[in-house]
Amino acid sequence: MNNTTTSAQAFENSAQPKMIRRTLLMLAEHYIWVFLSLSLLLFSLLSPYFLTLNNMSNLLTQSAFIGLLAVGMTLVMINGEIDLSVGSTLALACALAIGLQPSIGVWPAIIVALGSGALMGLINGTILALSGMHSFIVTLGALIGIRGIVFIYTNESALMVEDFSYTELVEVYVGPVSLTALVFLGFAAFFQWMLTWTKHGREAFAIGDNAKSAHEAGIRVKRHKVINFVLCGTMAAVAGVLLSMRLGTAEPNAGEIWELWAIIAVVLGGTRLQGGWGSVWKTVGGVLTLSVLRNGLSLLNTPNYIELMVMGLVLVLALVTDKVLGFGHSK
Amino acid sequence: MANQNKKRELLRRHGLMLAFAVFLLATAFYAPTFLSPGNVFDIIRQVSISGTIAIGVTFVVITGRLDLSVGSMLTLLTVVMVDQHNHVGPAMAILITLLSGAAIGGLNGLLVGYLKLNALIVTLAMLSFLQGVTLFYSGGSNVNVTDSKSTWFAFFGRGDLLGIPAPVLIFLVTTLVASFFLLKTNFGRRIFAVGGNETASLFSGIQTSKVVFLAYVLSGLATALAAIIMGSRVMGAQNTIGQGYELTVLAGIILGGTSLMGGSGTIWRTVLGISMLGFVQNGLLLLGYPYYVQWLVTWMVIILAVWVDLAAKRGKVFA
Repeated sequence: MNNTTTSAQAFENSAQPKMIRRTLLMLAEHYIWVFLSLSLLLFSLLSPYFLTLNNMSNLLTQSAFIGLLAVGMTLVMINGEIDLSVGSTLALACALAIGLQPSIGVWPAIIVALGSGALMGLINGTILALSGMHSFIVTLGALIGIRGIVFIYTNESALMVEDFSYTELVEVYVGPVSLTALVFLGFAAFFQWMLTWTKHGREAFAIGDNAKSAHEAGIRVKRHKVINFVLCGTMAAVAGVLLSMRLGTAEPNAGEIWELWAIIAVVLGGTRLQGGWGSVWKTVGGVLTLSVLRNGLSLLNTPNYIELMVMGLVLVLALVTDKVLGFGHSK
Repeated sequence: MANQNKKRELLRRHGLMLAFAVFLLATAFYAPTFLSPGNVFDIIRQVSISGTIAIGVTFVVITGRLDLSVGSMLTLLTVVMVDQHNHVGPAMAILITLLSGAAIGGLNGLLVGYLKLNALIVTLAMLSFLQGVTLFYSGGSNVNVTDSKSTWFAFFGRGDLLGIPAPVLIFLVTTLVASFFLLKTNFGRRIFAVGGNETASLFSGIQTSKVVFLAYVLSGLATALAAIIMGSRVMGAQNTIGQGYELTVLAGIILGGTSLMGGSGTIWRTVLGISMLGFVQNGLLLLGYPYYVQWLVTWMVIILAVWVDLAAKRGKVFA
């Protein structure tokens, strides 16, 4: 809290003209875009293959999977909750989409897969609402349990798609942008709209900010939370189905620790774990920044370990940035 | 009313134990080898690695923080232990492992305790970072103890003393020492104070940052101990050897009834929680269920245990 006043005062007392100050403030608040632009610039200078249409298109497609998880996670985190089970839910949807095809056909299998994600979200949300447990515990249990279901269902081996025309379903491009990326960006836009313009969206912020006063103001806190968990599970399932189309196989350990990447992306985008604050657009910024770093580093042929270390450092850096800037909502 | 409260409190305290006892008896009925001394020692031997880590992490959880980095840390420290064993001998390698554990824990503690950064994110970042460090250190290949037949280092994972397997002994001693620290020293009381009410403890003159810092150091040290057992048992280390341990550890702690909000918890309940997971998993295997059914059961057990605990606390099943 001290931080806030001091940095605010520092801004107040500085002799800079108002315009510059305001620009600086705005840049600081939207630091993820600054970060993204800088990393784009850096890798464009370092590698001639980076800023090509092909690579950019590829990068967008790759980012869509973690991206969809992160978009759903943003909703849950604005509520002040967390969902650790999205990686397992993704794997379940992926396995169902491929495993059920021979018996019930492609489209029904996809629908069941998507439904499984919604169901997992519903289970998490309902347990949370009924028991009053911390979402961390509820979804940690689900992370382990759902992964168990996936291993049992797949018999501990990868499922292969029988009819490979299935993988061509997503080979649709609008210009350089793949269908997978479009789905990701489409959902991001939709949820950003939902958060800004619908009652459910605005109340999500109120709940995250102070669940007790939200409840007293007549907002149905639990129902909103359940809805957001269902949306989050569904997004994970969408990512799982898209992944099954891209790979044509379903590995039982698909999406392992992707929930962590999703959380990293959301936090990079400035959404707070305490809830009440965040935006889907900035999450998209966080997702793209992560993808640019991973893609750029691998183009430069850096060994795998550098990537892992850079990710760790970037995350801590994001926290420190957030702390130092502390825009009136520190904690 | 008072009587009802008492019953409720009894249920809350011992309900878990009761359910566990029923499970033990029922399983032993269908699979007679389940409770044989050999099998019990095997289970505790398996549990001793995650259990030792869980004891360290319990300190962190009681301060109201989390440590998700212990899995990656276990991997790195086991790799360091095994590799250094080949270079500087077992005694020095053990020292190096313990010091590295304390240092990594200290780094977590610095970021969370002194810089007041969010514990979940910091230790998540550390999870990724340490994976990187492990790959950097090992060059991506597995390491093995070269003289695995002759080294006395084999004691920690494979040896026994007076008929008790060494890992079990280490686990037991760690439990006792940690319990003593938590219950009988000033430091232990401060841990509870910080977790219970951080602002109040700050105003009563407790250096909260330092307490949190030390809790993370203990978590690192416990992980180093576990790495010593692991390295000795396997006599080698892959780059993924500790993956997922952070989840098992947390599941055990939660099952033991330690609140993630901080301020409450005991070492022996953590030991109980993590042992219960071990017994349940082993029992399911003996009963002939496929391996991954244990994960499904773990999910249900966690939810049920925490729910019952909460319900007994507030006297209502639903929130």
